Parts: sequence; C-alpha cells; structure tokens
Amino acid sequence: MKILIPTPLRQYSDKQPAVEVEATTVGEALSGLVARHPDLRRHLYTEDGKLRAFVNVYLNDEDVRYLQKEATQVRDSDTISIVPSIAGGR
Amino acid sequence: MLRISKSAYDSIRCHGEEAYPHECCGVLLGQMNGDGRVITSSVPCGNTRTDSPRNRYHIDPKELVRIQREGRERNEDILGFYHSHPDHPARWSRTDLAEAHWFGCSYVITSVEKGKAETTNSFLLDGTGETDKHLDDEPIQIAP
Repeated sequence: MKILIPTPLRQYSDKQPAVEVEATTVGEALSGLVARHPDLRRHLYTEDGKLRAFVNVYLNDEDVRYLQKEATQVRDSDTISIVPSIAGGR
Repeated sequence: MLRISKSAYDSIRCHGEEAYPHECCGVLLGQMNGDGRVITSSVPCGNTRTDSPRNRYHIDPKELVRIQREGRERNEDILGFYHSHPDHPARWSRTDLAEAHWFGCSYVITSVEKGKAETTNSFLLDGTGETDKHLDDEPIQIAP
C-alpha cells in the first residue's frame, strides 16, 4: 500500500512524496514507514509512542480516529495520507 | 522567498474580503525552486472554527487530504497556507505559531481593515521541531 508524505516531512523520507509498504493495519503501515525512515519517528510520535495530536492520518478519505485507529485494517490498494493540522488566528 | 502568481495573490486577498469579518483560510500549491517556493495556485477552504470565526481558523483535514491528492495529480505540492486577520495587523500571532506544523512552508497573512484587504505578509516556518520552531519574515515576489 501507499503512504503519501506531506511536503514538510519529505526531508526525512529521502525526498520521496510517497512510500510503498506492506501492512495489514494502519499501525503496521506506519511502523514500516518509520522503520525505513527512522528520522520520521519524532515528527509523527510523542516520546511515549503515541501519534502526535496534530498529526492526522487518513485511510483513503477517512480519519482513522473514527475507524479503529491504528488497528484499522488496510488493503494493498489503499492509500494512507499523513496530514499535519492547519489552524491559527489572531 | 515566496514567488506567487498574480492570480493566486489576488485570489487570497479577495477571499479575505469575502470572508470579512471572519477569518478566511486556504492552501497554496506549487513547486520548490531551490530554497524558494513558487506558488502557482491557491485553493480556498472553509473555516471550521464556527465557534470563533473572527479570530480563529482551522481547515478540515479531509479538505487537506483531497487538496494534497489532487495537487499531486497536477504535479503541484502543498507549499503554504493563507489566512486573514480581520481588523488586525498582518503579523503572526502566538496562536499562529503554536498551531504551525508544516516546516519549510509559507504562512501568508492578509490584514483586512473594515472589509478591505490591506497588507499581505509571508512567514516561513523554520526549525527542527516543535520545541525550536519559529516563523521568519520572507519576501513575497508577485509573478505576472
């Protein structure tokens, strides 16, 4: 399956915009990603191993928080998008 | 350096006026050119902060996923974001910095005074992570 890497994190994925991994769950896919590109870990996970609150992970068009989170099943044809949040204001 | 097409520049300022007195927000897409960003298009987004739209903005991540995917199909990357400050200077706020996570991307802010777009400034999010991040002034060059 494919994981789309957002522009700010590509410096940690050898500048690749997408990474192919083999996985059966979202958690496995993300583990495979950080195993291949270890520098991504601290940008995706807190020190205690939880996904950072501002890191949104979508399986196709669904937020995995509203599925089974990292236990969500995936298929080879699926795409995971990693999207840091965008917010602010005066 | 942020190089932005005239049409995208005009669009984001126009969006700020349309959304007034609320904050507008959107995404900037294009290609990297060395250390600079060349913005070829902008995509207006909805502001999901309906609880406080005059001084806060948030883009639905589902919109970002779609914009990232569609940009990829056009060979455009997300390289920045824009929002407006209604009746407030075009400078980043503590909230803007706290909520900024796209390192190496431009955060463009337009001040909208009494419904009219005034100053547009751009700030580059730099640093190695959440603990030392900072927004730096960056010049804007408007391309024909």
